[in-house]
Amino acid sequence: MSTGPAATTPALRLRDVGMVFGAGGARPVTALDGIDLTVAPGELISLIGPSGCGKSTLLRLLADLLSPTSGELEVDGGTAAQARLGRRYGMVFQAATLLEWRKVAANIELPLEIMGVRKAERRARALEMLRLVGLAEFDDSYPWQLSGGMQQRVAIARALVFRPAILLMDEPFGALDEMTRERMQAELLQIWRESGTTIVFVTHSIPEAVFLSTRVVVMSPRPGRIADVIDVDLPRERDDDTREQQQFFELTTRVRDALRKVDAGSTVDPPVGA
Amino acid sequence: MAPSRPPAGAVRALRTAGSVGALLMGGVVIWEGYKAVGEALGGVWPGTEVDLPVRPDDRSMPHVWEIVGVLFAPARRGGEDLLGTILLQAALFTWRIALVGFVVGSVFGLLVAILLVRSRLAERSLLPYVIASQTIPILAIAPIVVIWGGRAGLPTWSAVAFVSAYLSFYPVTIGAVRGLRSPAATATELMRSYAAPPRTVLLQLQLPAALPYLFPALRIAATASIIGAIVGELPAGQSQGLGRAILGFASSFSAAPEKLFASVLVSALLGIVFVGLVALVERLVVPAPLRHDDPTETVAMTTLVPAGSLAALATVAAAR
Repeated sequence: MSTGPAATTPALRLRDVGMVFGAGGARPVTALDGIDLTVAPGELISLIGPSGCGKSTLLRLLADLLSPTSGELEVDGGTAAQARLGRRYGMVFQAATLLEWRKVAANIELPLEIMGVRKAERRARALEMLRLVGLAEFDDSYPWQLSGGMQQRVAIARALVFRPAILLMDEPFGALDEMTRERMQAELLQIWRESGTTIVFVTHSIPEAVFLSTRVVVMSPRPGRIADVIDVDLPRERDDDTREQQQFFELTTRVRDALRKVDAGSTVDPPVGA
Repeated sequence: MAPSRPPAGAVRALRTAGSVGALLMGGVVIWEGYKAVGEALGGVWPGTEVDLPVRPDDRSMPHVWEIVGVLFAPARRGGEDLLGTILLQAALFTWRIALVGFVVGSVFGLLVAILLVRSRLAERSLLPYVIASQTIPILAIAPIVVIWGGRAGLPTWSAVAFVSAYLSFYPVTIGAVRGLRSPAATATELMRSYAAPPRTVLLQLQLPAALPYLFPALRIAATASIIGAIVGELPAGQSQGLGRAILGFASSFSAAPEKLFASVLVSALLGIVFVGLVALVERLVVPAPLRHDDPTETVAMTTLVPAGSLAALATVAAAR
């Protein structure tokens, strides 16, 4: 279940990755245990599971914001640290995390500014990204003038502006209302198809995971493990009709069943090496 | 850091001006009200022989109009200069020294804050000293500084400025530490994901985020710097400043109490003007989306000045 579609260099490869917080302390907490996962370039992988299953921790390991306590981790053909220092991934959080004193275009320019890109090119690329996320006329606005969904689009534009190979998204649509959420999902798919970026998407929502992903990784809590990986064999071109297809329902049911099993299993200690 | 709507500038300025006006009016009403009621009661609590905390008679508490009036009367019998003019010159003299103390103290305070936020070790080893520095009474420090400064051949004003800086750095350090730590965890993670060097994180994220915390601290520092300068002038024997004027009028209090209150009033006005200047710089420097202070805060800040001046007065009275 850990083998992704065969390709050249995988975008992400995790081998027996474990993460223990407070290791050596009085009460160490095992957040992740024995994670094996390979993601091919251009895939869109969802991580889904109950809270405490370590999906956000896993994302932070890939981002080199945390270091695993065991196992091996490869990001874009190198170590996670190399990927971070080489700015090989972009990151989007549940809160847009825009700098409120910068206007929208200046927020998107921030990573380019840090990377030393010249002003004129910065501005041009920021405006290009704003067009991509459908906010071309908002370059001169402040973040507080935008709705939650628009702010999150700016955050996505900011994550993509330096053309990273990988996009790491931590419940990016979790704070949005249902209608905005579905529209954002469709837009993300379009951006994904156009940019060819590999996306790792953490979510709580079953339909969101199925609608977006090429594969859904179901995780179990305490300790966080991969319980199941479900291939989503829907065509890559998806729209609102997709949500009403029989195949879509079947897939959401499969994910739901996997999550139920995880939930039931988590009330008793899972057998070691299960 | 949920982006929020900045307040409308003109409305805010008007409200601030209105609140300051209301504050001054309130002060007058309380002062005169206390006098009127106190005199009607014969200076004791009703039905007792116990004196009121302050005697309400004109020798202890001159009328507000007498205090204001004496500002526009000659300072000496038959003299040319009005008391108000002399006090304004003294205030300007003190303010110049306080400004040096304020700038030096604020810069030092900000640098200490950056150091504290940057390094755990610095925080553990330095923070106790930062806090302890404010537990030593300023009246005890001022003479030492003046004596050391004199022995080192430094000009007298620099010792006064040091005392002023000593009082101003602390609120800036505390406010800046809070501000530098204010960015959301995800904002820090974001900068780390860009592999941003510490200097960039400081300049692009921490310092801008600290501005809303820094300026209220600077307003407190402005009032503190004036109190520091007034107190510092006393052991320094600086004769041109407000501190000396307050001390002089305190010794002739029984002959002309309204002159002492007039000098306290001028020192309070100096504080209000200084705080106002800092607020003006704030409006020019801080981008609109980061301004979410309210006028009550500004007013609260300005009350510190009369309170501080009165405290200085009390210490002078105690010293006599």
